[in-house]
Amino acid sequence: MLRANIDTDTIIPSREMKRVSKLGLGEGLFAGWRYLDRGKPTERPNDGFVLNQPAYDGASILLTGDNMGCGSSREHAVWALKDYGIRSIIAPGFGAIFYSNCIRNGLLPVVLEAATIADLAEQITTDPRAAQLEIDVSSCVVKAPDGQAYEFSLEPLYHKMLTQGLDAIDITGKSFPEIEAFKRSDRIKRPWSYLE
Amino acid sequence: MQQTLFDKIWNDHAAQSFDDGSSLIYIDRIFLHERTGSIALSSLQDAGRTPKNPRHVFCTMDHIVDTFPGRGDDTSMPGGTEFIQTTRKLALSAGITLFDLGDPRQGISHVVSSEQGIALPGCTVVCPDSHTCTLGGIGAIATGIGSSDCEHAMATETLRFFKPRQMRVTFTGHLHRWVTAKDMILHLIAAYSAAGGSGFAIEFAGPAIRALEVEGRLTLCNMAVEFSAFTGIIAPDEKVTRYLQNRPYAPSGQCWDSATAYWSTLYSDDEAAFDREIIIDCADIAPTVTWGTSPQHAIAVNGSVPGLDIAQGPELRESMQRSMNYMDVEPGSVLQNLTVQAAFIGSCTNSRLSDLRAAAEILRGRRVAPGVRAICVPGSSQVKQSAEKENLHRVFIDAGFEWRESGCSMCFYAGGEGFAPGDRVITSTNRNFEGRQGPATRSHLASPATVAASAIMGRITDPRKLDPA
Repeated sequence: MLRANIDTDTIIPSREMKRVSKLGLGEGLFAGWRYLDRGKPTERPNDGFVLNQPAYDGASILLTGDNMGCGSSREHAVWALKDYGIRSIIAPGFGAIFYSNCIRNGLLPVVLEAATIADLAEQITTDPRAAQLEIDVSSCVVKAPDGQAYEFSLEPLYHKMLTQGLDAIDITGKSFPEIEAFKRSDRIKRPWSYLE
Repeated sequence: MQQTLFDKIWNDHAAQSFDDGSSLIYIDRIFLHERTGSIALSSLQDAGRTPKNPRHVFCTMDHIVDTFPGRGDDTSMPGGTEFIQTTRKLALSAGITLFDLGDPRQGISHVVSSEQGIALPGCTVVCPDSHTCTLGGIGAIATGIGSSDCEHAMATETLRFFKPRQMRVTFTGHLHRWVTAKDMILHLIAAYSAAGGSGFAIEFAGPAIRALEVEGRLTLCNMAVEFSAFTGIIAPDEKVTRYLQNRPYAPSGQCWDSATAYWSTLYSDDEAAFDREIIIDCADIAPTVTWGTSPQHAIAVNGSVPGLDIAQGPELRESMQRSMNYMDVEPGSVLQNLTVQAAFIGSCTNSRLSDLRAAAEILRGRRVAPGVRAICVPGSSQVKQSAEKENLHRVFIDAGFEWRESGCSMCFYAGGEGFAPGDRVITSTNRNFEGRQGPATRSHLASPATVAASAIMGRITDPRKLDPA
């Protein structure tokens, strides 16, 4: 899916977010591209869409263009990807809110050069079943089908959250004394910002 | 130590800084709406947590509510009622302030936030909605976040951020008549791409920014996220101070004095360093309209769709070709030859009183072209009321516009109301993505004046052609 600017409206259209829930959103993933006549009696898969092709059945890694996940902040985009079975996305760059949402939900965002991604895509397209991509999260390495390894970078904090499944609120909980101390001095500096 | 505007606010909110370069940033205001705030509130409750300071948390109904006159909890969006009622219940039990249906303060979150004096200069503001960056227009660090981060902000009054790099975009010179803040931001995104601001906090500066009224600044910063920026921000000045005085949640009495004293320190020092600088001469900006499905696909209203040769690399060429197919245009298509089936004025970008006034100036004494469905949705109940006091609603209705209750309405399609498949919509909103305003609809982003002029002529039209002056 080597397109630039795939927005979160495309990843999960607003009309597919039908309940106050994080569950069951995989069905609506890429709904505008994945189905024809969505919601009508004639609804059927769009055979031209890459994830509908048998060779990519069970795909768990997405290769995309730059600025992946731009647009709306809806975390539903990440919940839908996860529910569908996507575990990692490789792109030259990500929308900032989408990136943060990925980290928070254990979906690995990998940044690689566009040319590298194009090369990976070509290797896979030749024989999608035989040519598999491998990502080693612990060492931050993507292994291409031809054996070439590409390192990617991930903030140590994010690495820890992804590999150890840590809850961000629990992590910040350790800082409550510092936050309270900050507020005491901030109230003196910016009293007007505190609503009573 | 020379500091930027962003540095000053950031440093004054760093409750704790870590060795990895990240900081816990204290959050002054949290805003929610029934679309994504509902899930943040329910997850928070499921985890057995509560908002640490409910006085700093506000919620409105904007995304899912209908905008028809006489609306209630029932909405045309499938499942919409559950969002509204769940949000109401959760807001009540969390003890936060809710601007519910029927409340005169109800409206689009980013319109209400400044209108009520909730977002203030020198504050940090977050909302699980990408257009939160709007509030940079009054001098706040404001950014959209996901629902999980919103839970974090409510539970801890902080968010952990890595500090973004900083960019300054300076607008020099004067805007031509009928060229607005909307045209400025579309022009910038077209020139530097929809990813041009990625990783940056952007300060908008220069004489043309200082000349903008507060509402124009909110419009400009609103689309910082369409530039992929962390946020946009403008140094607060006496226009902002005047705008905020006596607003319901703005400081008063002694607090007002200490607030304005603090706000007067919020500007970038002369020698402060930016990681990137862009300068744009306003003389180069025309009324601007998008032709494609990314905000970067924007050109002067009197221009034509560019050729594929301007795309850098195969990836962008494919995106461009796909956009042209979707929008039913081709290289060389003249924008002003495109007929429109619908016109929409509203959204957190362009739904404030000054936007409605600008559109009304064009519409006064004229009629929408036959076959065009035209809709105006004021950004808040208060904007609607103020507009009606000036009889602006008569101008819209007499011209053939529907005059609605406030909300996000058809800025996006959620399964309820939408434009018809294939409809070409000239719209004052912020996103022209595929299907954004209904399955297979084609959205052209523009200023309210351009939308009004196009509605009258039935095709995309340069507002300068209908200048009543």
